[in-house]
Amino acid sequence: MYGMPIDTLLFYLDFPFVRYAIVVGVLVSLCSSLLGVTLVLKRYSYIGDGLSHVAFGALAIAAVLKVTNNMLIILPATIAVAVLLLCTGKNARIKGDAAVAMVSVGALAIGYLLMNIFSTSANISGDVCTTLFGSTSILTLKLEEVILCIALSCVVLFCFVLFYNKIFSITFDENFARATGVNTALFNLLIAVIVATIIVLAMNLVGALLVSALVVFPALSAMRVFKSFFSVTVAAATISVICSLIGIVVAILAGTPVGSTIVAADIVAFGLFYLIGIARNGSN
Amino acid sequence: MNEIIPLIKCRQLTLGYGSKDLVRDLDYDVNVGDYLCIIGRNGSGKTTFLRGIAGLLKPKSGDIELCEGLKRSEIGYLPQMTLVQRDFPASVEEIVLSAFQGKFRLLPFYGRAQRERAMECMALTRTESLRKSCFRELSGGQKQRVLLARALCAADRLLLLDEPVTGLDPESTETMYRVINDLHKKGMTIVMVTHDVDSALDDATRVMNFDQISVKGR
Repeated sequence: MYGMPIDTLLFYLDFPFVRYAIVVGVLVSLCSSLLGVTLVLKRYSYIGDGLSHVAFGALAIAAVLKVTNNMLIILPATIAVAVLLLCTGKNARIKGDAAVAMVSVGALAIGYLLMNIFSTSANISGDVCTTLFGSTSILTLKLEEVILCIALSCVVLFCFVLFYNKIFSITFDENFARATGVNTALFNLLIAVIVATIIVLAMNLVGALLVSALVVFPALSAMRVFKSFFSVTVAAATISVICSLIGIVVAILAGTPVGSTIVAADIVAFGLFYLIGIARNGSN
Repeated sequence: MNEIIPLIKCRQLTLGYGSKDLVRDLDYDVNVGDYLCIIGRNGSGKTTFLRGIAGLLKPKSGDIELCEGLKRSEIGYLPQMTLVQRDFPASVEEIVLSAFQGKFRLLPFYGRAQRERAMECMALTRTESLRKSCFRELSGGQKQRVLLARALCAADRLLLLDEPVTGLDPESTETMYRVINDLHKKGMTIVMVTHDVDSALDDATRVMNFDQISVKGR
């Protein structure tokens, strides 16, 4: 039965948790790469990292408060911080990258501290490691979590398609958009909420420390080669989904941690697109 | 001009950043059909004033009133290029079309009417051959003309220009001025911030000199 990798894969596909992992993996990587293009171009590449640490901190608080459905705390907390970081913009006392760095390490430290002080589990470092690197959490998803993920992903995708042109116009030139009558505050708020939602979803997949990779790598790979916003967006989504599929399959076959294997696949893809970009520009 | 109808009224207007006021207690009207040139040295508040009119900067005191039923979505704006835009992966067509986002709030995608209008504006600025090109690969002058095309798409009644000819070669500069002048003759109200005093004064119907205003205001 274990003769060929493909047999092993088919064997594993019989398990619902493997199918759940693949569904969630594809959806989360699709959503994160779409928003990733905007975030990278707006110079907010590190927001994913910051927000995922906030989500980690919120998770610790949820654990301390013994809330059964920890999403009830994680999602609102992360959205609130995202709105704070993305919507205050140029008027904030503490600017962009500094604010993200502050929130990011702060939440991480407090989260770890809380987990240690109010620990209910015997294996704290194991728990923390799982949350940070998502080592097995995607393979232990329950059906409700998968359904929640599908629902939230659909909302994110729907918003993105519906407001695609608005998002482009705000990303390219927020001042022009505002001067010509676009409600930029509203759409920045929408983007912040969507980003926070994706980050919280993606934490299940790759863990809090590696979320940024899903946001940043596909967008950067696509930008090496493609030249219009539309083609970059489509390419980033495609790259991201393919890398996640490869990552999950390899992780299952080789027994490696899912999150870091997906990120490794994204890095390889980036290298590939980087070379293609050089080759193209060289021949012009 | 037969009749003077204000399009934008500034009353007791004070604009600035932080504790620094760049425009103080200014009373000024931009009238329908004006071709207004704003000149003055660096840091005199020209761009700040334009940003105020564009609604990007909240007045510290006083107010800016859009008259004659002028809506934000009828204003075209050519800002100075930002760092983000220089290496932005977007086609020229995508950028020009994005001008319509303020006019059609609920429109998720562009229709034929918008595409045709975008083509007209690209033709006016001689950028239609660049339609499918990547913005970050264009020269400085080409980029500026693309942003002008976008501003034209958005401008129904008022066009705000922030140093439109900076970094352009003489030929592109001349095209830029000709396009703007043609628009003015067709009835568009123009407000332009510029360093290029000599050429600006040829076409302009009014000139606002910020060097004198700041002397007077302080």
